[in-house]
Amino acid sequence: MPSLKIICPNGHLGFAPLRVESFRAGVQAGPDYIAADSGSDDVGPVPLGSDTSTSPEAWQRHDLEQMLLAARELGVPMIIGSAGDTGSNSRVDLYVSIIKELARKHGLAPFKIGYFYSEVDPAFVRRKLREGQTVTGLDGYADLSEAELDATDRIVAVAGVQPYLKLLEAGADVIIGGRSSDAAVFAAPALHHGYAADQAYYLGKVLECASFCAEPYGGKETVMGEISHDDVCVTAMHPEQRCTVASVAGHAMYERSNPYEEFFAGGRLDMRECRYEQISEKTTRITGSRFVPSEKITVKLEGSGKVGERYIGLCGIRDPYTIANIDRVIAWARDKVRERFGDVGYELHYKVYGRDGVMGDLEPLRNQPGHELCVLVQGVAPTAEMAEELTLTGLRQMFYARLPDVKGTAGSVSFPLDEVVRASAAYRWTLNHTIAVDDVFDLFQVHLTEA
Amino acid sequence: MATTKLSELAKTIRSKNAGVNKITFDIIFRDRDTYEAVKRSGAVTRESVAALYGIGQERISDFVEYDPGLAIKFTFYRLAPSGSAGDGDIFGAQQYAPLLDVPVTL
Repeated sequence: MPSLKIICPNGHLGFAPLRVESFRAGVQAGPDYIAADSGSDDVGPVPLGSDTSTSPEAWQRHDLEQMLLAARELGVPMIIGSAGDTGSNSRVDLYVSIIKELARKHGLAPFKIGYFYSEVDPAFVRRKLREGQTVTGLDGYADLSEAELDATDRIVAVAGVQPYLKLLEAGADVIIGGRSSDAAVFAAPALHHGYAADQAYYLGKVLECASFCAEPYGGKETVMGEISHDDVCVTAMHPEQRCTVASVAGHAMYERSNPYEEFFAGGRLDMRECRYEQISEKTTRITGSRFVPSEKITVKLEGSGKVGERYIGLCGIRDPYTIANIDRVIAWARDKVRERFGDVGYELHYKVYGRDGVMGDLEPLRNQPGHELCVLVQGVAPTAEMAEELTLTGLRQMFYARLPDVKGTAGSVSFPLDEVVRASAAYRWTLNHTIAVDDVFDLFQVHLTEA
Repeated sequence: MATTKLSELAKTIRSKNAGVNKITFDIIFRDRDTYEAVKRSGAVTRESVAALYGIGQERISDFVEYDPGLAIKFTFYRLAPSGSAGDGDIFGAQQYAPLLDVPVTL
């Protein structure tokens, strides 16, 4: 066919519901595919480590229902990547079960569901390390050690187009992917229909965040990408939004340190020679993107490891003398924690809102605190009991801090709650690495089922 | 020679995670003349943003003048990956404020 049209209604499906009006406009434009990615490492390491979603199931279900009904009505495939924020196996299973339930609820004619898993057994990575293979650290991470692998609870590999292509070839009508590059869910169908990688990967890059490539700013609105053998055109579907040269070129830099390049399992997209043209009010045309295949396939690994159980507590401060001496108040409380628990085996963090709670070490105005402060105390320890007592000590002892010239001797801080509350367990990103593989299907297992 | 705040010249000034260990900053202009004038002014450079945020230049992983997007863009390494206990900005979305008042002499 001379061109292929894909609509994307949401840059992170489930994180906030898609906007129905522009989605319906996109469906009426007659797309050949409906696709969206549902994951991000922006949500921090807790969901991957604890194998949960950060998005409520109701929002995930809402978007999947809208997309499934539209796709079945049009008779076109629907593709979802990075199921349930993390793309772990349990999230893929959850999305497949939601699709099956929706099919029953709406009495849809039978269709094929393809899905694949992205979780990587730490034993596989350990074997590679022991064979002498380097698992290369990205963005300032050291190359992977066995100690860091030991500290890891769950690993996902970030899929490129390969598992999607395999499932499209198998005739899947709906694809639910494990963790994936955002662009893969759009690039794979374009490649499947014979379009060049130069355009296919750019199509993926521009569609991945839905209306973030349009202006004025407004998320969760549908955009449509159309690929031909010469170019990619992208069109905003919301009545008030347009895809302009500025908004489309600008999107290439969003969330990336390098606006000219993007890496995938199997190569990199080079956008240095991209040319952007406004061809109608809502549509921009892009030519000149290049895909450069890599000699060896390297796949990104994301891993999260548990640090400990966590409690938090809050207090406020209004006395200007105490505000000026807040570091001494904190030092007093830390000292009491040290007397009880020693120097190691826990984490205790203080965030001083009204001074540098948001920016920490990057705050230039640290010496100009506000007239009142809020302090968030976080304690992390091996057990919940210890985390609770640790955090309560770190919080309540602020009340008893001894400042030499304080007028208010009845208590140094205010408490909105005279308690500490349990928060999610603390995790950290242990893996932000790449691994070279001979066969990507060592990392991704594809399956077919029916609804 | 007039001095103007960067926020009065830029259309967008934002920060956001670029992966789990970096935060990237975008300063985007409406038109090429303003973009070129700010570039020429030398108000936003590797050196000036390092001084503004009080960090060493080794923490700046990239500094790019991105002509197709009419944007000046730079990226910092975080001290600890996003979402580690004690991180105050998991998305890196509220780190741009000091840029708003940067004086630009055109």
